[in-house]
Amino acid sequence: MECKTTAVVSGDVNDSIDMPDLPRRQFDALIIGAGGGGLRAALQLANADASVAVVSKVFPTRSHTVAAQGGMNAALANVLPDNWHWHMFDTVKGSDYLGDQDAIEYMCRAAPTAVYELEHFGVPFSRLDNGSIYQRPFGGQSQNFGGDQAARTCAAADRTGHAILHSLYQQNIRAKTHFFDEYFAVDLLKDDQGYILGALAFNIHNGEPVIIEAKTTLLATGGAGQLFRTTTNALINTGDGMGMALRAGVPLQDMEFFQFHPTGIAGRGMLITEGARGEGGYLVNADGERLMERYAPKAKDLASRDVVSRAIATEVREGRGCGPNKDHVMLKLDHLGEDVIQKRLPGIRQTCITFVGIDPAVAPVPIFPTAHYTMGGIPTNRDGQVVMPVKDTPEEPVPGLYAAGECACVSVHGANRLGGNSLLDILVFGRAAANHIIDYLSENRYHRPIDSDSLESAVNRMQRWDRKGDGEGESVSGLRDELKMVMENHCSVFRNDEVLAEGVAKVEQIVERFKHARIDDHSAVFNTARVEALELENLLGVALATIHSARARQESRGAHSRTDYTERDDINWMRHSLYSLDTGLDYKPVRTKPISVDSFPPKARVY
Amino acid sequence: MKFRIYRYNPDADKKPYMQDFELADPEPGMMLLAALLKIKDTIDESLSFRRSCGEGVCGSDGMNINGINGLACVTPLASLKQPIEIRPLPGLPVVRDLIVDMDQFWQNYRDVKPYLIVNDPMPEVELPQTPQQREQLDGLYECILCACCSTQCPSFWWNPDKYLGPAALLQASRFIEDSRDQATEERLAALEGPFKLFRCHSIMNCVQVCPKGLNPTRAINNIKKMMVKRSL
Ligand SMILES: Cc1cc2nc3c(=O)[nH]c(=O)nc-3n(C[C@H](O)[C@H](O)[C@H](O)COP(=O)(O)OP(=O)(O)OC[C@H]3O[C@@H](n4cnc5c(N)ncnc54)[C@H](O)[C@@H]3O)c2cc1C
Ligand code: SF4
Ligand code: SF4
Ligand code: FES
Repeated sequence: MECKTTAVVSGDVNDSIDMPDLPRRQFDALIIGAGGGGLRAALQLANADASVAVVSKVFPTRSHTVAAQGGMNAALANVLPDNWHWHMFDTVKGSDYLGDQDAIEYMCRAAPTAVYELEHFGVPFSRLDNGSIYQRPFGGQSQNFGGDQAARTCAAADRTGHAILHSLYQQNIRAKTHFFDEYFAVDLLKDDQGYILGALAFNIHNGEPVIIEAKTTLLATGGAGQLFRTTTNALINTGDGMGMALRAGVPLQDMEFFQFHPTGIAGRGMLITEGARGEGGYLVNADGERLMERYAPKAKDLASRDVVSRAIATEVREGRGCGPNKDHVMLKLDHLGEDVIQKRLPGIRQTCITFVGIDPAVAPVPIFPTAHYTMGGIPTNRDGQVVMPVKDTPEEPVPGLYAAGECACVSVHGANRLGGNSLLDILVFGRAAANHIIDYLSENRYHRPIDSDSLESAVNRMQRWDRKGDGEGESVSGLRDELKMVMENHCSVFRNDEVLAEGVAKVEQIVERFKHARIDDHSAVFNTARVEALELENLLGVALATIHSARARQESRGAHSRTDYTERDDINWMRHSLYSLDTGLDYKPVRTKPISVDSFPPKARVY
Repeated sequence: MKFRIYRYNPDADKKPYMQDFELADPEPGMMLLAALLKIKDTIDESLSFRRSCGEGVCGSDGMNINGINGLACVTPLASLKQPIEIRPLPGLPVVRDLIVDMDQFWQNYRDVKPYLIVNDPMPEVELPQTPQQREQLDGLYECILCACCSTQCPSFWWNPDKYLGPAALLQASRFIEDSRDQATEERLAALEGPFKLFRCHSIMNCVQVCPKGLNPTRAINNIKKMMVKRSL
């Protein structure tokens, strides 16, 4: 597709610098990732007449945003009374008080506009009789600061992510955004002053590298669910942007907080949206008991995700699991009737029939908590700028580098994300980052020369896999499967020091062995083996950050439940973890001060 | 479990060939994609195919399975006759193994202006749409652009650059049917002529293979009806 403004084929700016002779392209803004976060940012930039390039390792509509089912939160009050301040309270409480309250206020205030914009872009939201957008109840939502259940999640049946991703891609077609489809971004490029100046990528079709120079680079590469063996995430969710950030010297924040979704199809991992419980579904154990009544007397099945996942894991541990191995519980939906299920949950009905041969309109579905969402990520402020500690400043922006979406940590989700808040996060902060980029571009009008060291190490990293070994070294797929098993066994719903310490040792050992890993496919044409090797390298960085941060945090908060430290410890641990490859762990305070309202002080979390 | 898989790597092979693979005891309920991944991981790393979501929502892994296009990730092994013969989607140039060059398919998609066009100033809130108006989009908006339909359509095979094909036409219909869209006239005008739309001869291959159970033929016929009305 033609790009809107000319992309200068380079050489004319940095001729004096000695660098490998690689093709170059120049843009104002580079966006790595074409999920909802990346595409929302791209659209904002294209509409502002910036030259913008979007790089994606899969065709944009294959991005994982397409899989989001249940919907997106915004206090529209179309169904029940609501306002952004209640939404903010729920989000802060849901985060177990680890979320940054300025960012949360910003997001909840921006939510209605974000939804209306999407609707104007063409998203086919489900509708109410009066013609307004349909909203359903989701977990952790309340009216009036912890009162009755709210209905805040805007939905397009149970295909909300598909509807949003396609509409955003379509609008980018209209705006003539420049896409690099099926290009793999290898590493960030920078200069010696720490400015991020684009990335090295290669065209997966023919293996040819290209330097994409840009005044700003936005990472929107999504989550890292492939860390775990059983996951709701796509095979492409390998934490690439997080890996790139780590290698560029940026720490990852709060990686110990990984969300296990209560209702993955047991043993298979396909997600059944929380919207299924929002529509009236509930969980039962082997005794036929409605188990959530015991764990969350008020909110029951719509308590926060961490609470419901722990409840299910506890039932199974205590022998009340269902099935021959007593290893799951059941989600009951058949009482809703076929009409409701077909109208509101057609996609999950199809998935259940396809993968386990059960029609939820007829029989209950076996479910178990499944790795789902990366709460941690690349630390940013609410303008999407990547920030890191420099001397005494805990949050100094990295010039030219932005992150948004699941790969970022603003942090609006803190220790536990509420369902429906991620689609909101990617859209609100995708747009916020783009707006800040527009300002940055007006002050930084020229491309800066890229440092040759940074380019060289990126090129080496890519070329490592071209070397024909002597048949020694372990296979990439074997190491990957082992890593996923280790993470599942050592960093799951319940954790303790012993299990984590063993996990740390095992992950470090896999990292060592990876240095000698090999691939046998050296073809230039659509070499998926090479892509998978580069992905595993990224996953390994993310695994180190996750398991080290988990072992260090001696408390239970949100999704991080320690059986050896069962209480939340606000005095010592109400702070964000930062893990970097060179210096290990560091911490920074939570931003507890909102923009305009009073802070919500930490309280016991009861649902 | 026996497989015969189309192999072609332009880097190394003079011409395509079929290669046999065998997997010992596949797990019960295993999908074809899982089997391909297993072959790739344990037998031949160079076997190349696209995949992402693994649950039939992203549209990556359309391929020709025992002669019929479908998504590997939602095709149970148990439903397939052996040896399972797998080829790339027909009618598009092969990049490598099961991976086809989709440029023409995307070009046709872009040609139908697949985005909502509203000329009036936007309201501060949502554009209203009744549940009945919204229902008109069911069966249209769910398309995942997997190309299974277009690459099973003889009219598309013969004229991929002139006939838009069922996937693109389904999207044309998705916007024509949208009560919010204000470009119906323009959209219909753009489909005039003997090729773009009217090359569809209602052979219905597309309907039979759509993994999402969509019906491009019906959408195409609806557009045809509107064209006829328009010309009266
Ligand atoms: C099954 C499921 C259901 C969900 N349902 C909901 C829901 O109902 N509501 C909700 O709010 N949230 C939901 N979520 C969460 C939400 O969908 C995701 O967090 C969100 O879509 C992530 O969007 P993103 O733009 O950050 O990344 P993604 O959509 O994952 O996109 C990442 C992009 O980065 C690109 N990329 C990655 N690495 C590279 C590289 N090295 N080079 C080039 N490109 C690269 C990819 O190609 C892709 O385009 C769900 C998640 C799952 C898994
Ligand atoms: S019905 Fe039309 S679009 Fe479908 S396969 Fe036949 S000719 Fe192609
Ligand atoms: S109509 Fe069906 S077969 Fe055709 S591209 Fe869409 S989802 Fe695929
Ligand atoms: S892998 Fe996404 S549709 Fe099959």
